[in-house]
Amino acid sequence: MSGTKFVFALLIAAAAVFGAAWLIGNNYVFFAGYVVLQYIALATAWNILGGYTGYVNFGTAAFFALGAYTTVVLHKLTSLPLPLMMPIGGIVSGVVGLGTGYLTLRLRGAFFSIATLALAVVAQTLITNWDFVGGSRGAYIVRPAQAWLFGIDYIQYLFLVMLALVVIVLASARAIERSRLGYGFATIRDDEVAAEASGVPTLRLKLLATTLSGAFMGMAGAPLPYYVTYLDPTSGFSLAYAVNGVAMPLVGGTSSWLGPVIGAILLGTLQQVATVTISSALNLLIVGLMLVGFVIVAPNGILGLLRFRDRRARS
Amino acid sequence: MARVVTGMTSEALLQVTGLGKRFGGFVALEAIELAVRDGERVGLIGPNGSGKSTLVNCMCGTLRHEMGSVRFAGHTLDGRSAHERTRLGLARSFQLPRPFNTLSLAENLRVPLLYTVNARHGQALAPHAIDRRCAELLHIVGLADKATNLPRDLTQIEMRKLELARAMAAAPRLLIADEAMAGLSHNEVDDILALLIRLNEQGVTIILIEHIMRAVMHFSQRLVVLVAGRKIADGDPADVVRDPDVVRAYIGE
Repeated sequence: MSGTKFVFALLIAAAAVFGAAWLIGNNYVFFAGYVVLQYIALATAWNILGGYTGYVNFGTAAFFALGAYTTVVLHKLTSLPLPLMMPIGGIVSGVVGLGTGYLTLRLRGAFFSIATLALAVVAQTLITNWDFVGGSRGAYIVRPAQAWLFGIDYIQYLFLVMLALVVIVLASARAIERSRLGYGFATIRDDEVAAEASGVPTLRLKLLATTLSGAFMGMAGAPLPYYVTYLDPTSGFSLAYAVNGVAMPLVGGTSSWLGPVIGAILLGTLQQVATVTISSALNLLIVGLMLVGFVIVAPNGILGLLRFRDRRARS
Repeated sequence: MARVVTGMTSEALLQVTGLGKRFGGFVALEAIELAVRDGERVGLIGPNGSGKSTLVNCMCGTLRHEMGSVRFAGHTLDGRSAHERTRLGLARSFQLPRPFNTLSLAENLRVPLLYTVNARHGQALAPHAIDRRCAELLHIVGLADKATNLPRDLTQIEMRKLELARAMAAAPRLLIADEAMAGLSHNEVDDILALLIRLNEQGVTIILIEHIMRAVMHFSQRLVVLVAGRKIADGDPADVVRDPDVVRAYIGE
C-alpha cells in the first residue's frame, strides 16, 4: 500500500471509529476511548525511538507531562484553540527530546534508560516547584463552554482531536518505516559501528528519533488538562505513562507500526474495563503481569507470535 | 600552476603520518607511516595483536587516534566521523562480521547504497537501480539465492562474503578487506581473490589484511608488516618475506 492510500485508509478507519462511538450514544465511550487513543499515540511515539532505533526510553511521562503543562501555560496566557496548542506542546517536548538526546546518546543500553528516568524526576521536580502552573497544588482548567470548530460535546471534541493525532502519528511512523530513515534507524538498532561504516550518520539519526518521539509524546499530552480539568504533577508525571509507554509496544511488537496499536488497544481497553469493574489501582498490576508474561512467552510481542505461526504454517 | 598539478598527482590516495594509538598504558600503534597510491594493491600482515585491525579502525574512524594524522584523497580525516569517511570513499569490511541482523541480505546492501552512494553529489540512484545493484552484488559474492534471508541463516563464511559485499556496495575508492578470507576453502579463497583483483582493475585501491600467506603473496603488489604496533617492513612482497626482522617476528629467534 502506498503512503497516500495508507493515510486514506487510516482516515476511513478513524471516521468509522468516531461513527461507531457516536452510534453507541453514550459519552462514557468517548471518555474511555480518549484514553485508549492517547495510548495509541503515546505507544507509537515511544516506538519511534524504542522500537526502531532500540533505545529504551523510561521518561515517557516527562515528555507527555511537558506537553500537558505547555497547555496549562498557554491556557493561562492565551486563548488559543487546542489544535494550535498541541503543536506548541509538541515543540516543547521535541526540544527537550533533542536536548536529552544530545546529552545522553553517548550512553548505551540500560544507561540511556536510566538517564531518561532521571529526566522524568528532574522535570517533575521543576514543575512541582513552579507556582505559575500550580506547583504541587495543581492547576484547574476550565473547559471552554463550546468546542472550537464544531457544536459538539467537549469530550467528543477531545476524542476527535486525539483521533486526528493518532492518524498523524501512525502515518508518520509507517512512512519512517518504509523510508531511507527507517533503514537508518534499523541499522542503529542492529549495530551502530557497522552503521557508521556504511555511511549512516548515527548521531544525527538518533537525535532525530529522540526529537520526533518526544514531540509526538508532547502532542499526546497537550489535551490532557482539558480532559482531566485538574492537573497536578503526580497525575501528569504518573508512572502509568512510563510503564504503558514501554509495555504497549513490547506486548504488541516493536518491529512495525501495527504493534504499538495492538498493544495500546489491548492493554488500554483492559485497563479501562478493570478500572470500572474491579479497581483503578489494579491497572498497573495487569500491565506488569502482561509484560512479564510476554517477555517470557513472546519476546517479539503479538506481531512476533503471528509471524512465527505464519512461518511455521508455510514451512 | 604546473607544480600544483604534479603535486596533486604525486600525492598518495591514503597518507598515514606518525599515527599513534594507546589504550591506557598499552601502546597499540606507534609512529605508523603508510602511503598507498591510487590503484595499488597492498597487503598488510602481522602476528595476532600486532595492531592491524586497530590501524584500520583508526583510518576508518571507528577509533580515534591520539597522535599523527590520516589524509585520504586530499582530505584530512582526523576528527571526522566514520560515516563521513565512508562517504569520501574509504570503505572497510569487519574482521568479525557485523551484519544488520534484522534486515535481509538485500537490505543489508541497500543501506550503504542509500546512505553512501546516494549521499554523494550527482550519484543518486533510482529505486530500481538500487534493487538491481543489490542483486548484482549478491550475485558477485555468490549469495544471490539468499537475498531475502536474514543474516542469522548464513554460515560464518557466507557472513564474510556479505561483509565484503556491503563494503563494495559503498562504491569505495579505497577498500580495506579485514580478513575477508579466514575460514574459506582453497577454491573460495581463489574466488574472493579473483573478485578483489577484478575490483582493483576497475580502479579500486585495496588494502588486504590476511593471514593466508598464499593469498597475500598472490594478491599484493606491496607488503606492509606490523609487529607490536610498529611497522617493521614495507616493500616488494618477495623481499619483505625474506627480511630477517620479519622472519624473526613470525618464527622467533
